Amino acid sequence: MERYVIAVLVANISGVLTRVSSMFTRRGFNIDSLTVGETESGEFSRITITLRGDEAIRHQVVKQLAKLHDIKEVEVLKPQDTVSRELLLIKITNSSATRQDILAAASVYRAKIIDYSLEALCCEITGESAKIEAFIELMKPFGILEMCRTGLVALERGCNCLKTE
Amino acid sequence: MELSGAKILMETLIEQGVDVVFGYPGGQVINIFDELYQYQDKIHHVLTAHEQGASHAADGYARATGKVGVVIATSGPGATNLVTGIATAYLDSVPMVAITGNVPCSLIGRDSFQEVDITGVTMPITKHNFIVKDVTRLADTLRLAFQIAKSGRPGPVLVDIPKDVQVNRCEFTPVGVVEEEPGILAEEKDLLMAAQMIKAAKKPYIYCGGGIIMGDASKEVIALSEKMDAPMGCSMMGISAIPADHPQFLGMQGMHGHYASSVAEHESDLIIAVGARFSDRATGNKDKFAPNARIIHIDIDNAELHKNIEVALGIAGDIKDALARLVTMVEEQKLPEWQARIAELRELENAAPQSSKALTPYGIIDIISKITTPATIVATDVGQHQMWTAQRYPFKTPRTFISSGGLGTMGFGMGAAMGAQMATGERVVLITGDGSFGMNLNEVATAVSNQIPMVIVIMNNGVLGMVRQWQTLFFHKHYSNTTLDRQTDFVKLAEAFGAKGMRAATPDEFEKAFAEAFRENGPVIIDCLIDENEFVLPMLPPGGSMEDVITEVKEEA
Repeated sequence: MERYVIAVLVANISGVLTRVSSMFTRRGFNIDSLTVGETESGEFSRITITLRGDEAIRHQVVKQLAKLHDIKEVEVLKPQDTVSRELLLIKITNSSATRQDILAAASVYRAKIIDYSLEALCCEITGESAKIEAFIELMKPFGILEMCRTGLVALERGCNCLKTE
Repeated sequence: MELSGAKILMETLIEQGVDVVFGYPGGQVINIFDELYQYQDKIHHVLTAHEQGASHAADGYARATGKVGVVIATSGPGATNLVTGIATAYLDSVPMVAITGNVPCSLIGRDSFQEVDITGVTMPITKHNFIVKDVTRLADTLRLAFQIAKSGRPGPVLVDIPKDVQVNRCEFTPVGVVEEEPGILAEEKDLLMAAQMIKAAKKPYIYCGGGIIMGDASKEVIALSEKMDAPMGCSMMGISAIPADHPQFLGMQGMHGHYASSVAEHESDLIIAVGARFSDRATGNKDKFAPNARIIHIDIDNAELHKNIEVALGIAGDIKDALARLVTMVEEQKLPEWQARIAELRELENAAPQSSKALTPYGIIDIISKITTPATIVATDVGQHQMWTAQRYPFKTPRTFISSGGLGTMGFGMGAAMGAQMATGERVVLITGDGSFGMNLNEVATAVSNQIPMVIVIMNNGVLGMVRQWQTLFFHKHYSNTTLDRQTDFVKLAEAFGAKGMRAATPDEFEKAFAEAFRENGPVIIDCLIDENEFVLPMLPPGGSMEDVITEVKEEA
């Protein structure tokens, strides 16, 4: 099943996120990731949702989202016209045996070391989801203590914007 | 002028054209009820026996008129008792505004007495809901609630008003009735495409849903049917949209639909579905549904298109407008071969033996329909009696059939029938079963208090007939918990409530009882004794297709 990204502009009021996630649960749509945050306007928040499903499901998701009252704009982002990023914080076991390998990998992936102790080190890495996943795979043998991903955020390339009239 | 929140609620209801509300008082709505006391010459509050009854009454009021029904309940249990009523309205797209009180804002989130997060609870069963925490937002929120409830595809909206917001004061400026948001209109190119598909079809079938009634499009769909010489069938929600005696009308299709209607749909090469959603009860197995048909689906709700079934052409738009325009694009045609096949199917359907000396469900409905008028409202509960009514009663006027379709709510009928009566002033008949009636019979008290001219016909077979029918057909006659074995005397029960009660065991007794009951100015219960082995037929087994249709059940001794 294809993975796709939906960008949603919603009214910046309490309860909107619950409405959106409740709709997904109720209709049986599975979400891979969901992020929400402020926008350039105090009136709106922007939700970025990644999910998997065939075309029929994609159409239904968009239409059901559009029906919710607090939702102002819904758009499926085309991968070729979109820049997307995700951020990962990952804490790995620090030992003299593996330290150099971890630092080398982090350097190749342009990950930053943001915390360092004798037992553990913590990396920050941003990029498209595939890069994040590859980095996690790479870190697994070194011992991942814990990690946390933000989920995808995405914007259209060029001057196309998700805006209501 | 500066008014309290509770007064602003009254003024806004009046401003929005509300003169009847249904409800039940309680601790967190005392302020609202104090205002109802002072506004009683302008807003009539109908006190029910239970909040659920009030919610169904507001629903029945809305179904019978198309106006927004209003229900008021207190916080906590009052609010949760509305839930079934709200869900019923949501599944059948009924415009409703539910007002609930809540604990003061300062107590919210502390598990206070009778506190419940009712906006959280009702989120998946309302079109939208609000909690108003600032009195200056109250009037506009209520106006928006009315607008959302009645715009586009209608539905219920809940407004939760904490107690302090009812007490706090602010400036109030009346405005007029809020207009519906302008709906989307069908695109010309889609309608032209539909006209082409219609021209190419040899065996078209028009499938009418509840949207025809809500969208006031009966005239337009009939015009289309006549011009293209296509038979019409309907979903249960579409019943009453088309007069039962219209020559092109085949009646309800689907799980318990008329044989001719379901088979015609199955054999058709083009289905024009209007304001219907292809529910599982209407289609059976979707993979085998009307295998040779291309489908045109017209609906005001864009999300319905391609939701339950893949269609060749989905048209989002106001159906009255879309049909009116489509009619002008379609050429007048005659389809003698298809009509000959339809006539054949009708004959097959009518061949079933029907005469009986005993009191039968169809016999009861035939007698009722002999005595009632086309304006009489017939409400039902849910189960066998509902399907028999849907199949048999010759509805002639839109909005005269009041029944819970999508949610299938047993116990819906009492409240809904009362609400419909109060909305229209017409006499109502509630056809119910002993199971469904048992769920909300407390509302007979309300019918007595308000002297509602209603006849409650209980098809009493002592069993939960619809589930029992499934048990007979699909569960080896394991009658698990469907034999009621109750000793309730419905005649005495009626009398205990202060209503009239009668009993009928034969067609003659029933005719006499009903004729008398229908003249009364208050509620009358007629307990009709019918055979527990009456079945609703035909029946499309769940998940089956028209090839599996059951048309008779042979009872082995």
